[in-house]
Amino acid sequence: MFKEAALREPLILGNKTYGDITHDVVSPIEDKAPKGWYIAITISALIALWGVGCILYLIGTGIGTWGLNKTVGWAWDITNFVWWVGIGHAGTLISAVLLLFRQRWRMAINRSAEAMTIFAVIMAAMFPGIHMERLWLGYFVFPLPNQFGSLWVNFNSPLLWDVFAISTYFSVSLVFWYIGLIPDFATIRDRIKTPVAKKVYGILSFGWSGKAKNWTRFEEVSLVLAGIATPLVFSVHSIVSMDFATSIIPGWHTTIFPPYFVSGAVFSGFAMVQTLLLVMRKTMKLEAYVTRKHVEYMNIVIIVTGSIVGVAYITELFMSWYSGVEYESYTFINRFSGPYAWAYWAMMTCNVISPQLFWFKKLRTSLGFTFFMSIIVNIGMWFERFVIIVTSLHRDYLPSSWSMFHPTFVDIGVFIGTIGIFFTLFLLFARFFPVLALNELKSILKVSGEQYKNKD
Amino acid sequence: MANSVIYAMYDDDQTLITAAKDLVGRGIKVKDCYSPFPIHGIDPIIGVTRTRLGIVSFMFGLGGLSLALLGTWYFMIHDWPMNIGGKPNFGYHLNIPSFVPILFEFTVFCAAHGMALTYLIRNKTLPGMPAVNPDPRTTDDKFVLEIDSHDNHSMSTEAILEAVKGTGDFELSHKKY
Repeated sequence: MFKEAALREPLILGNKTYGDITHDVVSPIEDKAPKGWYIAITISALIALWGVGCILYLIGTGIGTWGLNKTVGWAWDITNFVWWVGIGHAGTLISAVLLLFRQRWRMAINRSAEAMTIFAVIMAAMFPGIHMERLWLGYFVFPLPNQFGSLWVNFNSPLLWDVFAISTYFSVSLVFWYIGLIPDFATIRDRIKTPVAKKVYGILSFGWSGKAKNWTRFEEVSLVLAGIATPLVFSVHSIVSMDFATSIIPGWHTTIFPPYFVSGAVFSGFAMVQTLLLVMRKTMKLEAYVTRKHVEYMNIVIIVTGSIVGVAYITELFMSWYSGVEYESYTFINRFSGPYAWAYWAMMTCNVISPQLFWFKKLRTSLGFTFFMSIIVNIGMWFERFVIIVTSLHRDYLPSSWSMFHPTFVDIGVFIGTIGIFFTLFLLFARFFPVLALNELKSILKVSGEQYKNKD
Repeated sequence: MANSVIYAMYDDDQTLITAAKDLVGRGIKVKDCYSPFPIHGIDPIIGVTRTRLGIVSFMFGLGGLSLALLGTWYFMIHDWPMNIGGKPNFGYHLNIPSFVPILFEFTVFCAAHGMALTYLIRNKTLPGMPAVNPDPRTTDDKFVLEIDSHDNHSMSTEAILEAVKGTGDFELSHKKY
């Protein structure tokens, strides 16, 4: 049997058996939900309802309800879109890239990270959707002849690339997640007592039986999907960044955008995973599986990607001076000293300076500090997109049209609302779905379980 | 003689591998095994062949790429050429760099979904399919070897049962059909 290096810390703590793993993950689904869950879902559902209300008002009345003006024609809507897509990058990175690198610690976190990815991408996809306003004409994004005449969508445009990238990313992540879920739904089906639940999990598990050939195919599919999802993860945010980079607005027109956006996306995605998992491991008593070591590994990813983002910010500043283009230089001088300097420095503090604190082992292994930092990072990443989008637009070539952006209650309501919808979906997931990948955890129990490790 | 199936249940994956080796060594054909997670190393012992799903995925990917090539050529070059930002539209090879993202995404889309669908169909795991695992505990923490007397004509059922009993199994069930 495969032996793991003795130096590596165990990934499953305590005296666990295969049966214990099933019990620990499935019993929260079988038992009554705790009071806290009802409180949490009520709050998030109310916020979600407020968001839905704002969206309906927006669709009924028009984009004029946003705080946009002639100069700043793109603001919170695209900021929120990019923010949510970015958050949606951790899940597939964890399940695909870390699978290829054979990182076993991913097995305790991939299921919930992928769920988070899928919900975040749904939130992201909503923004271009509501921006279209006339939702019933949404089929225009597909390559259908325009007006069913003879004009086609433009395949040269990054906006169309985005349609393909986001829909491929969403559907492939969904399939990857569901294929992993099938055996775990079968575990619940064979265990749960109530007849209705048994029936539902029976349908969800697609009649999975766990034959030897099934498992061989399962592993092959996981590996190949990971292989093709890896370039996909990197392509999606690269394409999102090209929405900006291929335009000629000073501050957007830079070749550094794709790698810069991708590392920022991983950075914010991991922060959101930390926010959710730190609460989940506590309330669902999963401390033996999502250990302090897992949190530390994720914090290391946060330092690396946060530092890449920092280098990108500084490179942008340097290039704006070195290029000698006065419009480019002005945009950046305006960014850090103009009327939106507060947003720029908020971004710098949250994204570049504060993650460096994780170099201290004491801080990166502290759960409370990690939770605090995970929120700071996501605030910072929201500001990053806001800074890139709004500060590049609000002072254009003609000083008489310079202006500021002021969000209306609809802007705020739609954004806060998507956070509510996201948390509602995630809470439903935590209640009814196996939150850890049971079958994968069982397969590493004897290699990385504390009980078995370094015994004989 | 009526055919019968023997299910030998073990509570450890390692015991199941040893048992399967032992039985196969005695010339008994093991039909299948049921486990809560993939048991590495069991496939060559009980004669499960390598899956060809990787090839399927490659073929679907090629199909997707060809479709995307054909589509972008037809939409942008042949049917209605448009001058967009001065990008050349009179020859496919000149315009292709700006189609690369879509060619890539559509290749991945077809490869992933084609393989996933083939996987579900080949496994007979589709919504509403009945589960065939012999014991509900095989999706929790038990491991079952399935031996069909139909595959083992040269031995009597009693002889197989005797051989299985020697492998330290935990529970034995024997069904006639």
